[in-house]
Amino acid sequence: MPDRVITFAEAIREALREELKKDPRVFLMGEDIGLYGGAFAVTMGLFEEFGPERVIDTPISESAIIGAAAGASLVGMRTVAEIQFSDFIAIGMDQLVNQAAKIRFMFGGKATVPMVIRAPIGSGTGAAAQHSQSQEAWYAHVPGLKVVMPSTPYDAKGLLKSAIRDDNPVIFLEHKLLYKTKGVVPEEEYFIPLGKADIKKPGTDLTIIGYSNLIPKSLQAAEILAKEGIEAEILDLRSLRPLDAEAIAQSIKKTHRVLVAYEAPQFGGFGAEVAAFIGEQCFDDLDAPVIRLGGLEMPPPYNPNLEKRLVPQVGDIVDGAKKVMKG
Amino acid sequence: MLTSEKKLDMYRQMLLIRMFEEQAELLYMEGKIFGTFHLYVGEEAVAVGACAALRPDDYITSTHRGHGHCIAKGADVKRMMAELMAKDTGYCHGVGGSMHIADVEKGNLGANGVVGGGIPIATGAGLGCKLQKNGKVVLCFFGDGASNTGAFHESINMGAVFKLPVVYLCENNMYAMSTSVKYSFAINDISERSIAYGIPGVTVNGNDVLEVHEAVSLAVERAREGKGPTLIEAKTYRWKGHSKSDKNVYRSKEEIQSWKDRCPIQSFRRYLLEQEKIKESTIKAIDAEVERLIQESVQFAQGSPEPKLDAVRKMVYA
Repeated sequence: MPDRVITFAEAIREALREELKKDPRVFLMGEDIGLYGGAFAVTMGLFEEFGPERVIDTPISESAIIGAAAGASLVGMRTVAEIQFSDFIAIGMDQLVNQAAKIRFMFGGKATVPMVIRAPIGSGTGAAAQHSQSQEAWYAHVPGLKVVMPSTPYDAKGLLKSAIRDDNPVIFLEHKLLYKTKGVVPEEEYFIPLGKADIKKPGTDLTIIGYSNLIPKSLQAAEILAKEGIEAEILDLRSLRPLDAEAIAQSIKKTHRVLVAYEAPQFGGFGAEVAAFIGEQCFDDLDAPVIRLGGLEMPPPYNPNLEKRLVPQVGDIVDGAKKVMKG
Repeated sequence: MLTSEKKLDMYRQMLLIRMFEEQAELLYMEGKIFGTFHLYVGEEAVAVGACAALRPDDYITSTHRGHGHCIAKGADVKRMMAELMAKDTGYCHGVGGSMHIADVEKGNLGANGVVGGGIPIATGAGLGCKLQKNGKVVLCFFGDGASNTGAFHESINMGAVFKLPVVYLCENNMYAMSTSVKYSFAINDISERSIAYGIPGVTVNGNDVLEVHEAVSLAVERAREGKGPTLIEAKTYRWKGHSKSDKNVYRSKEEIQSWKDRCPIQSFRRYLLEQEKIKESTIKAIDAEVERLIQESVQFAQGSPEPKLDAVRKMVYA
């Protein structure tokens, strides 16, 4: 039988459908996720299939959505809430950071909050400053939260199923430019554990560490680098928290050189955490300074040419890798 | 009392908004406008009736569906079109786009990409005006969807207890994206919520520019006298989809048509001809002028340069 190829959005929908079918505690809530099918059509058809008690349209009330997801999960549900754009998680940040993330700890470990916040992230659609940001470092900074950012349909499905079954609040961030990308996803059920990175392409000369939409870009960059005799290893973190420190260390033992690439503004971004970890734990294995390649220090501009320059593109990754090789 | 001249200007503005939106939609389909935007077609009477009740130095806050507010507050459609086409000559040098268009010189404190995001800003602007004792009023546009955000409640309560010079104007166009007000409210009129804040609340026909103007005028007068805010709900209807990706699966063609039959511009045009006894030739001259302004705006935008990265990066900090 040939491999089945589906899109990133379809893979996420399949994970939601399977978990809705298997576990009556699972339900979805969010803005326009019902008949409309979600702003990016991810939940299309689920309202018709599971009805209004399992796929709940909400008013535009992000604070209430995130808080209610925590509350419902606190009393035994497994809530999967969609925030229409990840930028709007900021509106419910108190409920996320001061409530959901801390409930288990504050209650002395006597409660669980098994919830997932799914949200589209990233730039590239011309949606400007309040609909295009990458704020994963904020969430990764909060003990009690897990943060997942898949780059392929296969990973998206397996990670989302694990996230729904996880007993902690998980922020599951989906890059908008990945929704229509395609990949092989098997028909049979599978899970990908949170906190496990994946080598998307093995290499020997340097490691490019990334996640989400930077992975397809890094794979393209690796092809260009290969033509120049540089064999890059592409390490996809997949989960930012928990971070797969072992995978990072193992890769560096092999390549001794690292470029950390991410779309968010470089200053204070998640790549800084990765670089700091490498400096502390892998210093003896390094042959060159770690280089970060992040976004520019400005809000996403509307103009499409400027928007492209905001975040690392394939050429920037190639240049960054060469800089690491010279270092 | 509104003079015939003022009423004709209100007609001109409503038509300018309609034609701006129709032109923008064409340019979007040609790939000259990017991302997404939210068209104001069908709701023109609200922006025009409300802004006509303001002084030129009063403020407004706008929404993601903000082109109409911007024009009604006196913006130059050339610079608006340039912004939508991401040009350096646009109001925000092409980095803001439709959802962040602002015309600070004319008192437009910006569209907003976050539903309800402008309500606290308007409240703060009202606080600033009160502290400066400058006699200015802030007109805060928001939609039915924004009325269910926490920002709505916190801001209007604060505006009420501080007696701020703010008019909270809810444009109830019946849908928050795909979500009908029948689903997302357990009350009939959003203006009923004024009771909870101890301020006046009124619901008006948002397709009647004169009715909107009258209600907002009373509220502006009250605000300027230091008596505090008013919550006005203007019931209207969005003819087009929420944004450019909307396929309108959540409402019927018949429903949309029934509102098109109550077109705010056509009914005001009839009023001008029949009640105000304006000559048809006068109105046709306005129609032609508006058409010319729109064409000029497209030419201006198309001939304008792109913004430069170095200049844009300098705008992040003051």
